[in-house]
Amino acid sequence: MTRARAQSLLWLAQRASAAVLAACVGVHLATMIIAVRGGLTAAEILSRTRGSVAWAAFYGVFVRAVAIHAPIGIRTVVAEMRGGHHRVVDGIALVFGVVLAVLGTRAIVAVTGT
Amino acid sequence: MTMPRSGWRNRGHAGWWAFAVHRVSGVALALFLPLHFWVLSQALGGAAGLDAVLAWTDQPFVRLSEVMLVLFLAVHLTGGLRLLIIEFGGWRESWQPMAIAVAGGAATLCALVFALNLG
Amino acid sequence: MTQQTDPHRPATLSVRVWRGSGEGAYAVYDVPRRPSQTVLDVVTHIQRQIDPTLAYRYACRVGMCGSCAMTVNGRARWTCRTHVEAVAADDALTIGPLAHLPVIRDLVTDMREFFDKWARAKGAFVPAATHALTSSPSPMSAAGPSQGANCTPSGGSPAARAASVGAHTAGRGEKKSGAPAPRIAMDDFVRIDPASKARRAADAAIECIGCGICYASCDVVAWNRAYLGPAALNRAWTLHNDPRDGARTERLAAIAGDAGCHACHTHQSCTERCPKKLAPTASIAGLKRAVAQALVSGELA
Repeated sequence: MTRARAQSLLWLAQRASAAVLAACVGVHLATMIIAVRGGLTAAEILSRTRGSVAWAAFYGVFVRAVAIHAPIGIRTVVAEMRGGHHRVVDGIALVFGVVLAVLGTRAIVAVTGT
Repeated sequence: MTMPRSGWRNRGHAGWWAFAVHRVSGVALALFLPLHFWVLSQALGGAAGLDAVLAWTDQPFVRLSEVMLVLFLAVHLTGGLRLLIIEFGGWRESWQPMAIAVAGGAATLCALVFALNLG
Repeated sequence: MTQQTDPHRPATLSVRVWRGSGEGAYAVYDVPRRPSQTVLDVVTHIQRQIDPTLAYRYACRVGMCGSCAMTVNGRARWTCRTHVEAVAADDALTIGPLAHLPVIRDLVTDMREFFDKWARAKGAFVPAATHALTSSPSPMSAAGPSQGANCTPSGGSPAARAASVGAHTAGRGEKKSGAPAPRIAMDDFVRIDPASKARRAADAAIECIGCGICYASCDVVAWNRAYLGPAALNRAWTLHNDPRDGARTERLAAIAGDAGCHACHTHQSCTERCPKKLAPTASIAGLKRAVAQALVSGELA
């Protein structure tokens, strides 16, 4: 695969994940506004999410989309801070993506597991 | 002295501010996410584990940060939608200032609703 | 004779001008104010009346060539079309070379990188087809020498060129018996509808004169040294929309990726500053769409 194709695919992946995140964030913002009325306790959150396949599926999509979208964005920001792209910058972005995927999955298990 | 580079006179128009807000909000959210996931993982210790952390978030400084984060999330979303429309839907010169205003306004409204709900 | 446009304004303008190359300093000159004075008038006055060592570029003086682009009070402008009254409201004028380009001396920048990137973006027309020779009977064999002279193909093998010369020569004398002389295939003109979407897209971006103002105004050019820049990408877009062009696939590969259209963050500084009121932002967004389609269709390997 040529560099042009690979870099263009990264851009496309970021835009595609952005579209997915637009939907997920919309739901997330609405949830936060509705659910966080007058304060929120752990029991309140967990009673809604524990054992819920629907929430697990939703957050599963959410975390995967974020783990694609955020690192590609960070890659660009870091590259522009140093004057151009570099393999090291790609490496940092990749590691960041893995961290988000791992921590995010752990959070889903914590909140939706039984 | 070294020749001055292109400065602030080239910035300061609406499109540039929209970019700046998009970038700042994106970086802030990216840095916040691992912390957010870690906090939620405290639920692995049951409701008590999560409550301990949530108690810490009752401080006014943290409450303010939460509102800022909601604002960042909302504005990154609306700004991002504006970009997706430009990139995939096509450019109409006359729409641009309005698009930026709508994006900024909708996000601010969302954050306000969240902030007011907190009380 | 110096005439005051406004008796309450000072008779002279205090002008700071960059002297040196990458390293240097601003020098201050006092320039008499004149009605309808442009920044180019100011620079010219300094060089002719005060300091002949000042280096600067201009050509047409009337907003057609783009040679006089400089940084005026922090913004890239055509100095021949920038009235002093419009930019020096507080009687302060600071003039420097265009940003983001190496400075040769004073107000003169090295434009090579700007044009190199234009070439790297495949910003030149590549014909989709060249004329081919056929061996059908030639009406040209009865024609006079002047008509024959217009029909020599510029490319092709030496044998083909010799054959066409032979056709030319045969046309001058009486008809020779035997095989008909080779003729040039004269195609119809390519028909392009000016109202078609592609042509309108190209027309909206075609008036670029390569002045470099957009390049000097773009932050991504400063942050990403490999970035091709708004002008080069804008030109690539006009060619992408030209059905006569034959380098579509190569051009898409040239403008895609980290140094190409995908590095644009829609700051719109280029569109804000373009003196021809072009919108490179729109052209670059179009290129992003084109690359996305090419990724899906497999055209971009």
